[in-house]
Amino acid sequence: MAAVNPAIHDTHHDGHAGHDDKPHGFLHRWLFTTNHKDIGTLYLVFSLTMFFIGGSFAMLIRAELFQPGLQLLQPETFNELTTMHALIMIFGAIMPAFVGLGNWMIPMQIGAPDMALPRMNNWSFWILPFAFLLLIGEIFMPGGGPQGGWTMYPPLSLEGGFNVAFMIFAIHLMGISSIMGAINIIATILNMRAPGMDLLKMPVFVWSWLITAFLLIAVMPVLAGAVTMLLTDKYFGTSFFHAAGGGDPVMYQHIFWFFGHPEVYIMILPAFGIISEIIPTFSRKPIFGYQAMVYAIASIAFLSFIVWAHHMFTVGMPLGGELFFMYATMLIAIPTGVKVFNWLSTMWQGSLTFETPMLFAIAFVILFTIGGFSGVMCAIVPADYQYQDTYFVVAHFHYVLVTGAAFAIMAAAYYWLPKWSGNMYSEKWGKIHFWSSTISVNVLFFPQHFVGLAGMPRRIPDYNVAFADFNMISSIGGFWFGASQLIFVGVIIHCVYFSRQRATAQVWEGAHGLEWTVPSPAPFHTFSTPPVITNDMLAHGDVSH
Amino acid sequence: MAQTQGAYYVPHGSHWPIVGSFGLLGAVGGAGLWLNEVMVGKPIMAVGIGLLVVMLFGWFGSVIRESLAGYYNKQVDVSFRMGMIWFIFSEVMFFAAFFGALFYARTFSVPWLGGEGHGALTNFYLWPQYSAAWPTNGPQDIGGAFSTMSPWGIPLLNTLLLLSSGVTITIAHHALRTGHRARLLVFLALTVILGAVFLGFQVHEYAEAYEHFNLTLGSGIYGSTFFMLTGFHGLHVTLGAIMLTVMWARCAKGHFTRDNHFAFEAVAWYWHFVDVVWLGLFLFVYVL
Repeated sequence: MAAVNPAIHDTHHDGHAGHDDKPHGFLHRWLFTTNHKDIGTLYLVFSLTMFFIGGSFAMLIRAELFQPGLQLLQPETFNELTTMHALIMIFGAIMPAFVGLGNWMIPMQIGAPDMALPRMNNWSFWILPFAFLLLIGEIFMPGGGPQGGWTMYPPLSLEGGFNVAFMIFAIHLMGISSIMGAINIIATILNMRAPGMDLLKMPVFVWSWLITAFLLIAVMPVLAGAVTMLLTDKYFGTSFFHAAGGGDPVMYQHIFWFFGHPEVYIMILPAFGIISEIIPTFSRKPIFGYQAMVYAIASIAFLSFIVWAHHMFTVGMPLGGELFFMYATMLIAIPTGVKVFNWLSTMWQGSLTFETPMLFAIAFVILFTIGGFSGVMCAIVPADYQYQDTYFVVAHFHYVLVTGAAFAIMAAAYYWLPKWSGNMYSEKWGKIHFWSSTISVNVLFFPQHFVGLAGMPRRIPDYNVAFADFNMISSIGGFWFGASQLIFVGVIIHCVYFSRQRATAQVWEGAHGLEWTVPSPAPFHTFSTPPVITNDMLAHGDVSH
Repeated sequence: MAQTQGAYYVPHGSHWPIVGSFGLLGAVGGAGLWLNEVMVGKPIMAVGIGLLVVMLFGWFGSVIRESLAGYYNKQVDVSFRMGMIWFIFSEVMFFAAFFGALFYARTFSVPWLGGEGHGALTNFYLWPQYSAAWPTNGPQDIGGAFSTMSPWGIPLLNTLLLLSSGVTITIAHHALRTGHRARLLVFLALTVILGAVFLGFQVHEYAEAYEHFNLTLGSGIYGSTFFMLTGFHGLHVTLGAIMLTVMWARCAKGHFTRDNHFAFEAVAWYWHFVDVVWLGLFLFVYVL
């Protein structure tokens, strides 16, 4: 794996020997880049920034909910914060983080020099800051930001002022970005694999991204269509969602959740992939049931298209529909169970060590499963009539998104940071970050199950005094969790700029896979010529044939 | 799938993506201002769209130059093909959202408003005089009484036009592959003309609908689905025709060889996609 790559054509030099140096100058390096590692870094930095912006909104929400009554915020501002918190965290923090990880790792894991379509890769990223400029800029426009919730249900969402058009256009831009990113990932995985890297020898992370990319291309355009209908209903007099004109507001919900449910899996499948990389490494065993893991991801992706209406059980659907969506939803527990049991079986009788990525991965398995269980509870139609729009649902999806998706992203950051930067992070501070986050996140979200079951509605700034104690506990957990993430930033900055401890190529004793065969930090162009892959270099996969 | 040997191609950096981002920001930011009646939005939108056009010329221009200089290998070609295929799939899903709205309205929301199934009380209390039918502009007669286009006039003609254009572009493609330049240029031009005539008829039909049939975008759910589906399709035909025109110019310049003409094929795929969407429209919007 030579760092110098005479084989790479560089049109600046008329196809003669390429230069391996990074481009000079800030603009060339970051704005015009076609390098998957630089673009991956841009995505990850952007994601972390959005994580803190969206997180600061959550802090304000928890501050208002610290006590019953209205203390800090006007109800409109509170609604604005809940709406923006969700949009920023989903489209700005979680999704770009996974795309950034995919950008960094997929070419290295399949033995490719870069992504298949590097310039489009650049554009996928560089649309995002502009999309969020529009979205966050709404807060400062007349009438403030959107207040109708991230799901933008009409007719409420159409009552906004300036923000309606800008929110819709911001979502269009995010959609364009996601679709181009996904097309790139599919083309990379299908077209750029090194010889010998058969589909069923790819790391599970690569598999999870291949399937996620398919989901993205399938549903982001549907969201674009749904918000376009909102736009024309508001500004051009159409009646898609007006009953008086023969339309139906519930129709919006169907179209939205046809996007929205696969979207949920877009935010968790790459996390499954990450966990499936980390657990074998620190168990020093190949992953248990590799093919079953791949098929489970594919089954979950397929099922994600036929369960959308479980988000709208209380909306007034025919009974047959409710039953169908209830049973289809419960089916998802089967492939998800396969994954959880396979992670446990991988750890079974392994030589476990508990470095920070492994701690996050184990916490993921336990806490994501809690979120999965409360999901099955929500799938039961008669029970969901009670849970709908309560804090129980808030607790459920924060367990899958914070202790699920976000924990997996943090696990991935710790796991691959030495490969990216060439330095080891501080294990001590990583562990402090882990324990602080894991304890606080449960203090934050676990009590919300109880207030939700007792009937506390979500998206309301005030509440019955009966819920006061649990809310105060939850808010304390929230501030604690928020503050803990400052440790994360500190660990990253220390690792990249100040750490004296150099990382080896393999970094982790039990690590297998192509990315661990190249030096740390990984050279600017990883594989100039296709690597020759031997079985012991594979992360996992069916070595038997 | 993966190559056994040979060099990879990684393009150098480019300023076109960031130009495109500014273009997008201008286009949608300006449109957002305009919709909110801030009139400075109009010129901002125009500048944004202008930037996007410049970006497209610049970006494709550098790709064409690199391709003609022979930098691209088989692997790059396959990547481009995959990119185009999945882009068309995303377009299919975009249209699926609007077809879904049409089917949902016809199968569920309109019958429910008319009192079918669990909509009985809605109908009884809100709009007892309304009985479900298609086409409809809803229980409150949004946009006033209207009549619909006969599918057997212009729409049928348009179907024949687009189907023939599918044939002509295939003939052009064969001519390209067998090296018959004159035939290629004639049939490609014919394809563009058929597309342009289709669009002309579509414009005429819209004018007719607005002036004589009182069928407008505001004619309840029928008008909404009719104009949004045919409108987005028309937009795609326009884009396709522009791309075909560019292909004609590139053919005339001799950019393509028998074996190396992916841009032509990509546009042909896109044109067939637009064709297939029309067949769906003709069936579900006009005939049924």
